[in-house]
Amino acid sequence: MRLAIFADIHANRQAFSACLDFARVHRAERIICLGDIVGYGADPEWAVDTVMDLVADGAIAVMGNHDHAISTPSESMNAAAQAAIEWTRGRLSVAQRRFLAELPLTRLDGDRLYVHSEASHPARWHYVSDTPDAARSIAATDAHVTFCGHIHRPALYSMSSAAKMTSFIPTADVPVQLLGGRRWLAVLGSVGQPRDGDPAASFAMLDTTSREITYCRVPYDVEAAADRIRANGLPHWLADRLLMGK
Amino acid sequence: MAKPAIAPGAELDGFTIGERVHQGGMATLWTVTHPGITVPLLMKVPRVAEGEDPAAIVSFEMEQMILPRLAGAHVPGCFGTGDFDRQPYVVMERIPGKTVYSRIDQLPIPYEEARVIGGQIATALADLHRQNVIHHDIKPSSIMFRPSGECVLIDFGLSHHNQLPDLLQEEFRLPYGTAPYMAPERLLGVRDDPRSDLFSLGVLLYFFTTGERPFGESETLRGMRRRLWRDPYPPRRLKPDYPPWLQEIVLRCLEIEPVWRHPTASQLAFDLAHPDQVKLTARSERLQRDPLSTVWRRRFNRELRQPKPKSDLAVQLASGPIVVVALDTEEGSGTLNECLRRTAAQLLSTLPSARLACLNVLKLGRVTIDRTLDEQGNNKHIDRMVALRHWAQPLELDESRLTVHVLEAVDPAAAILEFTRVNHVDHIVIGARQNSMLRTLLGSVSAKVAAEAACSVTVVRPPRSAVVPLHGDSA
Repeated sequence: MRLAIFADIHANRQAFSACLDFARVHRAERIICLGDIVGYGADPEWAVDTVMDLVADGAIAVMGNHDHAISTPSESMNAAAQAAIEWTRGRLSVAQRRFLAELPLTRLDGDRLYVHSEASHPARWHYVSDTPDAARSIAATDAHVTFCGHIHRPALYSMSSAAKMTSFIPTADVPVQLLGGRRWLAVLGSVGQPRDGDPAASFAMLDTTSREITYCRVPYDVEAAADRIRANGLPHWLADRLLMGK
Repeated sequence: MAKPAIAPGAELDGFTIGERVHQGGMATLWTVTHPGITVPLLMKVPRVAEGEDPAAIVSFEMEQMILPRLAGAHVPGCFGTGDFDRQPYVVMERIPGKTVYSRIDQLPIPYEEARVIGGQIATALADLHRQNVIHHDIKPSSIMFRPSGECVLIDFGLSHHNQLPDLLQEEFRLPYGTAPYMAPERLLGVRDDPRSDLFSLGVLLYFFTTGERPFGESETLRGMRRRLWRDPYPPRRLKPDYPPWLQEIVLRCLEIEPVWRHPTASQLAFDLAHPDQVKLTARSERLQRDPLSTVWRRRFNRELRQPKPKSDLAVQLASGPIVVVALDTEEGSGTLNECLRRTAAQLLSTLPSARLACLNVLKLGRVTIDRTLDEQGNNKHIDRMVALRHWAQPLELDESRLTVHVLEAVDPAAAILEFTRVNHVDHIVIGARQNSMLRTLLGSVSAKVAAEAACSVTVVRPPRSAVVPLHGDSA
């Protein structure tokens, strides 16, 4: 089966639409959403409705810290993120807010685990930024592959049967076989707010038969997404960083 | 799921196991057959039992990832892989014959034979590097030859793929590989420089032409680290008749700093294919190793031993292309040749590792037996070479970056295309003939080259104002 896996959509309609089109063209059979559907971007109603429809059609979605902050204000967010959360909360309907609040923190799907931040303490929202972080997450689960997002920069970690770690920055469009003899942590880049220097939307496709993961980049109308952020009175920095991919 | 047995007659994923042909420390090799496959096949099964070397598993995983991605005549074809959760294996094409290791008791071999073999290996390496893979274990036992003559590289267990996770990256505290052939930068943990393979090929060429290994056989880390500061004895010291061009090539491969080696395997193959054009430097005549002062400076100058930031293989290869400029030395081609030189200068200024081959075709008549001397008794071939060097002079290229070639052929376009193919040229710069009369009669050389070359072709025309109107019309 072919999965399309999206993390950190962040209410960016232009980016997520482009990714969904790509997934359709490449015949994705199931959609996985790794959380942070809202926050930062200017189209939260559309983003939540879209994910709700996908879930009704069999997609899997887990909760991100921005989704969580809609119902449970968080003190750990920076000012711009906090401002976007306040604005978003006012835009969402009761049903939309309830959908976000009821998302699970993790989902196990065969030998695959989906989580927003990492597997050792999913509710603490730790970032996976290096091999020790990745080792902690891999050690906390029996899953062959864990998929997460949160840090907005794609990476692929593995742990051998002798508990040795490898790290790797994936090359777009080059499939990597997730070998059965080791366990993997696939950190996805962000759909709606990439921070690795490339403004194109970032996500991944997984072929469960060949066990190949392909990290993908899709260009989208960044200007339009940035204009929507400015037009809605959200902090301008949130628009500027989309153009830089940082 | 029960683990399938590997034994003669057993079947695994459609492959029928034949006989065991090799039992090594890391893996066992079996012949296998498959109803749909006509090529002879080998199944490689790693040794993964309790207490076995963990390197056997990791290097098998690397081969399992890399081999299916490779294509072409210079690697064994891959026909299937099995993963560790059931039965790990790789099924690959069985290359007939023995590895180059079988030559080891016939050393030293003649220089000319070493030149040819070295060129074939360098060509295979160029093809591998182009596919984003660095072999990292180039040695006689990982090199074979097809009956058709192409060199085949085998054993990718220590290889690095620039676009795949490097599983050997953090696995072992010590660099893993074959000590006598290992490049110095490998001892510093560098795994992403394709010029490490050129160093190993240099070791092989040195060994095969002198009978001595340049860095001995020491397997200890201490013994291996010496090559970070200590250069080997020049081959001429061991064999006084050693050709200077060969010593130039071998010692350049064995440079401690990768940046002093040939920029790419293609450029090394080019030198081995044109020994008379190798630029001889002080290296070629040396009889002594570097003075102790140099050795001490290397040993205690930490900067030289700092690993460099990660490099992108494709970008590195692209910065060292072989560029051909095809020139007409006939009278009246002055403006066009000037434009060609300007284009070449622009290309070379952005590509500090590129090398330039200036080409001219001495056209032979189809019927008449050609005389190499012209009416005045001058040797046309040499005249053309001189003209080519004269053309290139204003480019002020270091001589190691410039070669000139006069080809003799009936069909100039075919000769340029053949040279391009044999020498793995990356880019051709050629002028378009403006004289429509000649063009109608002879056909356009540049058009044929542009249409049929396997590499990029830049067709250069003089600026419009320099084109003479055909019939004096001013429309």
